[in-house]
Amino acid sequence: MTAIATGPFSLEDLASEGLKPEEYAEIVHRLGRHPNRAELGMFGVMWSEHCCYKNSRPLLKQFPTEGDRVLVGPGENAGVVDLGNGLRLAFKIESHNHPSAVEPFQGAATGVGGILRDIFTMGARPIAILNSLRFGSLADVRTRRLFSGVVAGISHYGNAVGVPTVGGEVYFDPAYNGNPLVNAMALGLMETPDIVKSGAAGIGNPVLYVGSTTGRDGMKGASFASAELSAESVSDRPAVQVGDPFLEKSLIEACLEAFKTGAVVAAQDMGAAGITCSTSEMAAKGGVGIDLDLDLIPVRETGMVPYEYLLSESQERMLFVAHKGREQELIEIFERWGLHAVVAGTVLAEPVVRIRWQGKIAAEIPALALAENTPIYYRDLPESPPDYAQQAWAWTSQLLPACSQAGIDLAGNLISWNQVLCQLLASPTIASKSWIYRQYDHQVQNNTVLLPGRADAAVIRLRPLEGAKSEPEQTDRIESGVAATVDCNPRYVYLHPYEGAKAAVAEAARNLSCVGAQPLAVTDNLNFGSPENPIGYWQLAEACRGLADACRALATPVTGGNVSLYNETLDAAGKPQPIYPTPVVGMVGLVPDLERICGQGWQASGDLIYLLGIPVGNENLDPTHQGQVTLGGSEYLAVIHNTVAGMPPLVDLALEQQVQAACRHGIEQGWVHSAHDCAEGGLAIALAESCISGDRGAEIHLSVIADTSQRWDQILFGEGGARICLSVESQFQSLWESYLQTHLAGYWQAIGRVTAKSEDLELLTSDNLSLIKVKINVIRECWGEAIVSQMMAK
Amino acid sequence: MIKFGVVVFPGSNCDRDVAYVMRDLLGQPTRMVWHEETEIADLDVIVIPGGFSYGDYLRCGAIARFSPVMQATIRHAEQGKLVLGICNGFQVLTEVGLLPGALVRNRDLHFICDRVSLKVERTDLAWTQAYQPQQVITLPIAHGEGCYYADPDTLASLENNRQILFRYCAPTGDWGEADNPNGSLHNIAGICNRQGNVLGMMPHPERAADPTLGNTDGGGLFKGLLKAIALSSP
Repeated sequence: MTAIATGPFSLEDLASEGLKPEEYAEIVHRLGRHPNRAELGMFGVMWSEHCCYKNSRPLLKQFPTEGDRVLVGPGENAGVVDLGNGLRLAFKIESHNHPSAVEPFQGAATGVGGILRDIFTMGARPIAILNSLRFGSLADVRTRRLFSGVVAGISHYGNAVGVPTVGGEVYFDPAYNGNPLVNAMALGLMETPDIVKSGAAGIGNPVLYVGSTTGRDGMKGASFASAELSAESVSDRPAVQVGDPFLEKSLIEACLEAFKTGAVVAAQDMGAAGITCSTSEMAAKGGVGIDLDLDLIPVRETGMVPYEYLLSESQERMLFVAHKGREQELIEIFERWGLHAVVAGTVLAEPVVRIRWQGKIAAEIPALALAENTPIYYRDLPESPPDYAQQAWAWTSQLLPACSQAGIDLAGNLISWNQVLCQLLASPTIASKSWIYRQYDHQVQNNTVLLPGRADAAVIRLRPLEGAKSEPEQTDRIESGVAATVDCNPRYVYLHPYEGAKAAVAEAARNLSCVGAQPLAVTDNLNFGSPENPIGYWQLAEACRGLADACRALATPVTGGNVSLYNETLDAAGKPQPIYPTPVVGMVGLVPDLERICGQGWQASGDLIYLLGIPVGNENLDPTHQGQVTLGGSEYLAVIHNTVAGMPPLVDLALEQQVQAACRHGIEQGWVHSAHDCAEGGLAIALAESCISGDRGAEIHLSVIADTSQRWDQILFGEGGARICLSVESQFQSLWESYLQTHLAGYWQAIGRVTAKSEDLELLTSDNLSLIKVKINVIRECWGEAIVSQMMAK
Repeated sequence: MIKFGVVVFPGSNCDRDVAYVMRDLLGQPTRMVWHEETEIADLDVIVIPGGFSYGDYLRCGAIARFSPVMQATIRHAEQGKLVLGICNGFQVLTEVGLLPGALVRNRDLHFICDRVSLKVERTDLAWTQAYQPQQVITLPIAHGEGCYYADPDTLASLENNRQILFRYCAPTGDWGEADNPNGSLHNIAGICNRQGNVLGMMPHPERAADPTLGNTDGGGLFKGLLKAIALSSP
């Protein structure tokens, strides 16, 4: 406390920078003096969770980060993996939750802009965007405003910048009512021979400021993003930046052109904490210093003081270190694209960030103190899982009302399984997302092979974009592709963070396998509540352990990501309401041959339908299968019984790997016509979705007899079990089945066949009693209209 | 060989897609034409691609009309040479006055990316000669401001002079409001000038020309073009 007592700042001053008293004492200790206002602001943003991961770093260490294909792991602007044939893929995910809660359109738009800059800063041309969104209940008018604003913002930025938005996921749950999640993931194909890194080098080299001008917009967005949202947050709108996708498009072209000259030593995007973050990180990574003169920075408004320059988060700006003597070459490229590029500083031998303003030194801080040697908080896990989780785990399906082959009794009404199926299909989390992706240009760049809504993952053709001319009309070349997905069932993670996080990784890998892609690597976005709360920390720590174990088991190393904590809203009583813990897994995979890929819809009548994974009727017979297929944490339980409880599906990672390998093999051989994983809503929903997508019926015989002691709802709508439903051309039946018998014995079932367009989806017991029989156009309507009709509601 | 030029404004984003089809798929000499260029006499066909030229500030295509390359394009068109405007390019062509009417905000105010059915209304022009009369094709659309608007006299003259080349329709070829994605008057998706050498269309034929991506209905436009020029050249 003595540091504060003798210093110029009050506790309120520190709090407004997001700093704690003990952190201030550490700052004084490092500087050997009190900081000035500008320096205090720089520490405030650089020591925020958003920039320095002070709460999560010890947990992130356990992630596997290395692999044969990993060229760049965590720590740079984006991860890079080797796709073979000289193709290298940069990819990364990032959150813009807090800005989107306050100003959904610009918050989401600049989220897209920021993640794209991370990609092209490496020398890669962005080729695809995905997004992972969470909103509260759609019945709430405020949610609808946030939802439509976020979608419009993503659409506005992504469409104009000319990068296709090819995939994503969205969940609606009251847990996100005041705090939506907006995570954007981008992929890019390297265009420069060397990967452009961010460590400054070459004493005396010029430091260039490029791109847009600096203004007061987005002041301190990083520290804003590292605190709980409250009713006052809306008045913090200046903390939300305004994006200009047109400028960004020009910046992409100018940067890639500039990198190709070889005149650029290092580059860093100005995202969170703007000039502060870019100067200190570039200096710290290069083990050098940077001297920057604020008077040389192009501005969009007058009268700014150093504090404002340093903490501005104006968009579409970057910092370059150039080879001495080649700066003019770069400046000309940027000016041709109508962008600013000025020499604003130099690289110093002394490892400090020195900021000049009006002929004086406005700030001078050791670079390492700001960017590398930052505070870390180690916390202890509680002795036992929190009460809420233990209570949830006590739930069993015996607590549900009785059910029969005809349906389930709900408050005296018999609801048929047909009705349950339609109700689940109309749940916004399961329903068609076309209202969303129709607003995104998902075809620009001419590489989108599988369109949104048609498959479990997006597939983008890999085409060297610049200079590499292919032979016209050449038909014998094999084209390869990249597949990408984002996944996380947050209800599972809430109920059991360790198993839930494993399930997110497993589902991402399963989705890639269902299109025929080999999973390669992960970028993760950890969206959690406050780590200062023991339950919040338990969720974060357990989820990280789950991610680490699953990524290791599935050989998909983590190459980077983003941490967004303090996702809580204060209710009217001032009590923090945390979101569901949401570790979003972004995963990329390689498609070796674009001729061998799969969508999720049935392709031809007469094709045979198989279920891979835990077989129907065998869910609980084998003790090792216990808990793998369950109604715990299911969409059925939440939507039909209004209950969030139970142990979510336990994930057997070895089984996941076997099932996915079999699915990929079947696709690679050309036997498999369609593949779709069983996720929310379980087997019945997966089958219904394949019917809708393929516009064909299916006749399914489940290997259970009508007097079974099993619950019908668990058979139809139970989730988990590493399951994939796929259809196989009948001529390949014996090849396929003998392959399965050798490689997946005990974990596959032939369950039916694809029928004609006019036929129904019918699920029968083994003794031919009908459980579900629905017309495809009826279920398509339930599924297709659900979100649109809610958005039209006034 | 037919030489294609693809105009690049700051903010164009379908320029590379068009060049990919011309150069890599069809094997035609193709060069990018920077918005400040005026020397385009070497080109047979000039394409104004989709995107957001100059950010589409003010109004779509409104700033692009003042660019040096558009002045050159007007002269190119006046010589009877071919000009194709796709999506934002169509908007630019209406702004410079090479085509009548205007493109305004979609009826439901949302950006729409989808695949739609189009009726080819006329097949006696270079652009459409590879199609069958009244053929229904499927092309991608991706626009926020694609609702075609013109006053009644202009619409009547477009109809009378058979300047409407593509109309939004049902898969059966019938057209009505239900098959109109954006509220365009007369379901107009693409029109040409009176002479037939300038075409503007909101759908993206270049996104439907590559067999790897499935749909190749747009390829007919480019192939027809090549054939027409090859025949007309000495």
